Amino acid sequence: MNSTLTENRGSGGAWIMGVSFALGSIVSLLWMAKADSPELAFHAFLFFAFFTLGCFVLVKRHYDLAEQPEIPVAGDDVGYMDGVIRAGAIASTLWGVVGFIVGLVIALQLAFPVLNFDLPWTSFGRLRPLHTSAVIFAFGGNVLIMTSFHVVQRTCKARLAGGLAPWFVFWGYQLFILLAATGYVLGITQSKEYAEPEWYVDLWLTIVWVAYLLVFLGTLWKRREPHIYVANWFYLAFIITIAMLHIVNNLSLPVSLAGAKSYSAFSGVQDALTQWWYGHNAVGFFLTAGFLAIMYYYIPKRAERPVYSYRLSIIHFWALIFLYIWAGPHHLHYTALPDWAQTLGMTFSIMLWMPSWGGMINGLMTLSGAWDKLRTDPVLRMLVTSVAFYGMSTFEGPVMSIKAVNGLSHYTDWTIGHVHSGALGWVALVSFGALYCVVPIMWNRERLYSLRLVGWHFWISTIGIVLYITSMWVSGILQGLMWRAYDSLGFLEYSFVETVEAMHPFYVIRALGGAVFVAGSLVMAYNLYRTMRGDLRDEAPFVGAPVRAPQAAVAAGE
Amino acid sequence: MSLLNKHAIFEKNSILLCVGVLITVAIGGLVEISPLFYLESTIEKVKGMRPYTPLELAGRNIYIREGCYNCHSQMIRPFRDEAERYGHYSLAAESMYDHPFQWGSKRTGPDLARVGGRYSDDWHVAHMNNPRSVVPESIMPGYPFLAEYPLKIEDLAGHLSANLGVGVPYTDEMIEKAVEDARTQVNPDADDVDAFMARYPKAQVRDFDGNPEKLSELDALIAYLQMLGTLVDFDLYAKDPALR
Repeated sequence: MNSTLTENRGSGGAWIMGVSFALGSIVSLLWMAKADSPELAFHAFLFFAFFTLGCFVLVKRHYDLAEQPEIPVAGDDVGYMDGVIRAGAIASTLWGVVGFIVGLVIALQLAFPVLNFDLPWTSFGRLRPLHTSAVIFAFGGNVLIMTSFHVVQRTCKARLAGGLAPWFVFWGYQLFILLAATGYVLGITQSKEYAEPEWYVDLWLTIVWVAYLLVFLGTLWKRREPHIYVANWFYLAFIITIAMLHIVNNLSLPVSLAGAKSYSAFSGVQDALTQWWYGHNAVGFFLTAGFLAIMYYYIPKRAERPVYSYRLSIIHFWALIFLYIWAGPHHLHYTALPDWAQTLGMTFSIMLWMPSWGGMINGLMTLSGAWDKLRTDPVLRMLVTSVAFYGMSTFEGPVMSIKAVNGLSHYTDWTIGHVHSGALGWVALVSFGALYCVVPIMWNRERLYSLRLVGWHFWISTIGIVLYITSMWVSGILQGLMWRAYDSLGFLEYSFVETVEAMHPFYVIRALGGAVFVAGSLVMAYNLYRTMRGDLRDEAPFVGAPVRAPQAAVAAGE
Repeated sequence: MSLLNKHAIFEKNSILLCVGVLITVAIGGLVEISPLFYLESTIEKVKGMRPYTPLELAGRNIYIREGCYNCHSQMIRPFRDEAERYGHYSLAAESMYDHPFQWGSKRTGPDLARVGGRYSDDWHVAHMNNPRSVVPESIMPGYPFLAEYPLKIEDLAGHLSANLGVGVPYTDEMIEKAVEDARTQVNPDADDVDAFMARYPKAQVRDFDGNPEKLSELDALIAYLQMLGTLVDFDLYAKDPALR
């Protein structure tokens, strides 16, 4: 069965897409005329530009295909769809660098407030969501979409389903990012952390996400393997759960269809728990389940070893997705949320430690018999270190969810440090590792431009992460202790602003750590760019390399 | 382990896997969140809570637009030091009309749940213009532009209606008079101050930004800050244990 030809002609799907795009551009033009603020009119224009360019591309493609009687099929009879993965790799790298730089900017603003420039568009309050969305959704999201398209095709031995739909998912997702990012800077936000975009952007993301789910499922249906590989379970759980969380948490009533502002369907305590049910599971399913899928494909591939335990992967998959959902209330300890909900959330957060470490063990032990590769392959070293960071932050998380600990850590920089040990140590490092694996394959290169530079990137980013999380541990605990300190006469020892002042040195160290991390990401971007161009750096192999030769000889001798 | 061998049915049927995942991830939310909507003990019965005045609501929207929640919580925890620093711990009832909630997650700056009445309007004007002019060690961004921007009030009735749509008990009268009420709240000499006060008890009527010529975004923001935590009557709450 070879559907590549018909798919590429894709007449039916392309026509439906073309008509929808044409309608979309008319509607967005009308919307632009009706918009009650210049900010919303700008967003309507972005929609208009997207749909119009989409129409143009489809028409051009139609005539190009008409001139080309037969489409050459790739040597592989499956005919993998790799263009969208290449685009995803480029987008991931660019958004990553942008997101890290915005993070550095806001870190500097906290150390040196003059950098807010007293302008609406550059103040911390608007740039912080820009940073979080850029790294989570723009960088992380592109990495997830890109790797899932790679993994699902290879493990199913099938071309991506849906004809042009994967390209719609890619470009539609970039439009979502652009709408969200420009919205924050212009002051369009619904203030729910990590779900700040307003109603119309939420609706657009829902459309893109459903298309993503259908492409992924459709590819699974076309698979030529009897079993669905473990990485795909995690991708599927990530896609389905994010859809559920996104739709429920963003239920809201717009003031007017011509305005950006909406009011959340929930209020107060119910809104708070719905938000943190969403917020914590954005961590659990976007930043964990999705990236565990990356771990389950790229670590065994790179180490050339099978996954350590099939049974452990079954148990930890179901336990992880079942337990994670309950953990939200630990963001609301000692608040007006009822005590029973807080205690329930704490209990499940502590239990969550087990499946988290089940995943870590399964990832790390996959290296059994191949640990020597850590010396010779910095890409594998990066992937394995990310799993170690995953283990560390999924231990720290349950500790911080204990109410007594949370009483000290909540509202402080300790939380920020914890998030970044997960985000930089786990999510970013595993993403870098995946990018280093994907780019040479996708551009058909013999290897990366330079493994030495990967080694540099590994150490630079690790130093940056360590500076970041240690400074935030110290500042967070110091802050928490200063808030509750009493003098010998029974008065509060410090005014609030004295605690702000005490944070300054740590904010400077954190910014330094961030700058180092940004530098590492630039090294990566350069390395990937040269790899895409097809350059190979003439460099000495890693010191460990000769050591392997005698080992291999021994193995062969046996 | 034969049970684990049965797992193959999930690995061979993607729809079954989807359904399995959906059921597994739905349970936690259903058990944990849905009771909050019907358990009566979730929100205390208190006296004094009322919907925001149109001006306060507009101020709250500016608070949201500028991302103040990124650095300021509005949720005082029941600890000795927090009670001394910020006042009585926050009640669920105090945010019952907040769509969305503004409890926050980080205190880069202090908690604001009861900031109302703690500082003068003049202090707020100076602080928003340049935080370091009143608190030299502050790291807050300056918001000098708020005093310049005129407040958009024409669409306030729509904002009140949308709030009514999600359950805030605004009356038809409140919605009808929304724009007028916003103007009245910054003008103590207005004719209908009494009617306004009847609609919104404990509302504060005065020019907030020190510039009576203009209804600015700063007027709205300060009106919002000055009412935070001032509505619930804690005497009643403390005296009658049945109200807890």
